[in-house]
Amino acid sequence: MPVVSREFLLQDGVREGAAALRAVAAAAVGAGVAWANGGPVTSCRRTWLDTFDWRLYRAGLTLEQVTARPGVELIVTGRDGELLARERLQNAAVTWPSLVTALPPGPLRELLEPVAGIRALSPVAKAASRVAELRALNPDAKTIARLAVDRMSVTFPARALAPARLSLSPVRGYQGQTEKAARALAAVPGISAGRGSALEAALAAAGHRPGELAGKAGAIALSPAMPARTALAAILTELLDTLEANVPGTVKDVDTEFLHDLRIAVRRTRSALKLCGSELPDGLAARFAPEFRWLGDLTTPTRDLDVYLLGYESMAAGLVGATEIELAPFRDYLVKSRAVARRQLVRGLRSARFLRLTADWRVALESVRPARGRATVAQLADTRIATAHRRALRAGQHLTASSPPVSLHDLRKRCKELRYVVEMFGSLHDPAQRWQAVRELKALQDCLGEFQDAEVQRDEIRAFAAQMLSDRSAPAETLLAMGEIAAGLAIRQQAALAKFDGAFASFASPASKARLAALARTSAG
Amino acid sequence: MKIFATYNIKGGVGKTATAVNLSYLAAMEGYRVLLWDLDPQAAASYLFRIKPRVKGGGKALIQGRRSIGDAIKGTDFDGLDLLPADFTYRNLDLMLDAAKQPARRLAGLLAPLKREYDLIFLDCPPSISLLSESVLHAADLLLVPLIPTTLSVRTLDQLTEFVGGFNGHQPDILAFFSMIDRRKRLHTQIAAELPAERSDFATAVIPAVSVIEQMSVHRAPLTAFAPRTQAARQYRQLWHEARDRAGLAPGSGLATG
Repeated sequence: MPVVSREFLLQDGVREGAAALRAVAAAAVGAGVAWANGGPVTSCRRTWLDTFDWRLYRAGLTLEQVTARPGVELIVTGRDGELLARERLQNAAVTWPSLVTALPPGPLRELLEPVAGIRALSPVAKAASRVAELRALNPDAKTIARLAVDRMSVTFPARALAPARLSLSPVRGYQGQTEKAARALAAVPGISAGRGSALEAALAAAGHRPGELAGKAGAIALSPAMPARTALAAILTELLDTLEANVPGTVKDVDTEFLHDLRIAVRRTRSALKLCGSELPDGLAARFAPEFRWLGDLTTPTRDLDVYLLGYESMAAGLVGATEIELAPFRDYLVKSRAVARRQLVRGLRSARFLRLTADWRVALESVRPARGRATVAQLADTRIATAHRRALRAGQHLTASSPPVSLHDLRKRCKELRYVVEMFGSLHDPAQRWQAVRELKALQDCLGEFQDAEVQRDEIRAFAAQMLSDRSAPAETLLAMGEIAAGLAIRQQAALAKFDGAFASFASPASKARLAALARTSAG
Repeated sequence: MKIFATYNIKGGVGKTATAVNLSYLAAMEGYRVLLWDLDPQAAASYLFRIKPRVKGGGKALIQGRRSIGDAIKGTDFDGLDLLPADFTYRNLDLMLDAAKQPARRLAGLLAPLKREYDLIFLDCPPSISLLSESVLHAADLLLVPLIPTTLSVRTLDQLTEFVGGFNGHQPDILAFFSMIDRRKRLHTQIAAELPAERSDFATAVIPAVSVIEQMSVHRAPLTAFAPRTQAARQYRQLWHEARDRAGLAPGSGLATG
């Protein structure tokens, strides 16, 4: 049976501290429970950790680091506060932010790894706690639960004092008896059942909520009659928020997803400017499009190397002729190259040009006003989805598996634009209908993505090999191992190409066309 | 995870007191500890104020019908859990006999707890039986309390010879003198000589003092309610020797997987 704590709140007027706790406990005598002193008041520092996109919280997990006199401990609890795993850390060895792989091997890491994935864990809230404790005893004078009163001083994300919380935690194997004690406590005047976790309480005191995310496209609720220009400015502002929210994590290299999300925001902005820019005031799209292109280009080298390094383990594990040791200098080379590329990227993100771009872009978007007689957002969505759909069909209509890679890449870009424009106006459509409409598009994108990624990586590995040869930074066996990787990429490409004709035929099928065309007609609801 | 067992064919030599005090000391050092009270007399369960009852009895555990994890109870001390005794444990021999590979069954039952605990103590009933054989196979270290007599040393040699005949895993043995009566010359003489001569003897000697008997009044480890007594000091010494012998790091108590 999982160990689940019961939470209570001390209402206004009830004194806090150990004395109040004793008064509460005395009033709650009953159900065969007696109360005994739980020892001196203790202090601890509490840090709650999650990924930037709250993956743990969304999966119903809470990760807390407790620093107290005996040392540092990590505790994972579930949705109902049940204890799922705990691990003591030696000498506070983990500094945050860190990837889950920085944790010592064990059940706690195994629980978090599939949820957090490649995202780093960072503090989402911090508090200092002073905890007074009582023990609930059964008739054998055995401790069955611990009752703690905790008043948290929240220090992050803002300074605040949280309401006092009572927490009744059962000793393992005594959940049933603890429930009786909890019922007795709940009947005491001035005590009410607490809702939510300590993390939620700490964040609420600081004026926040868990799961708060920087906006992502499609999250804005658009109404069909909204002026197109106003809606577009709102969508682009939200993309700018996402972009800016991911800059600190990219600069500090917290994890590779910050750069990835930053690039997606840039790409979506560029697609919106390209497909819908004519709806914005004169000259605005033309003025900013080259700057966002510069920003996109700035981020590409680091992202390409990230993709290589993220896939390195599986690439190396797939070697047949060569060994992982022979390939190791290639990894070193990738790591060094990434460091060089990142320096360029960070310089760019700290440059006056970048700061000017984001500041000017925000000012420009804030000054957008609806123009008289222009289209509604529903009309804009209809025409732009139809246009992007037509362009994608046209780009692919004469292509086959033997077409030049550049043409397949061009089709991929058109498909991305179509996908972005569908997602951008997502709130105008029924989610199920939208999902049905893009089903074949997604399959085609997967096929083209696999082909193009392998193509880029093949070109790069050739360039890396040439460079490493001229640097004399790799022995012959490393170059041979890289050759095997290149051959593996070619096989991957062939496999993707083999699916292309079928994937495009499905996308261009009358049924698929009809679904997308219907979506383009239904924005008005 | 390491498994320590307190074992002696004789009763009343201090097995339970050793298991209770050493498991408490290990938990206080930060190790995650489970004590399994295998003795149907349930002395260890009593000392931790835990009812000697396992739903479904020993049979359900041995047959795997009830998970060991569900039967575990927390003691009053952080990091120390107890798997209680049950009166049906008196038939554990018969239950093991009906199981496949009875001598290895206990080790198999404990394997899933590897991730949850750093250290498991098995407090064995006094006997030589299929149960004790299963305990000897599961244990990494046997803690053998001995009354200082020539006969008990002979028993230790027999035990050493017996486990020496195991194929594969063989437990290490750490014997120590228990219930030493300083007024008896033979006790003091043997207790002084043997640990110096033999590597399987601890230097710690547990005295026969009333404060150990008071554990049943306080219903707590002696090392918790009277930590400054001579007996508590000797238990601490014994824990350090056992810990070092098993290759556990002092005071770290970190999960070793």
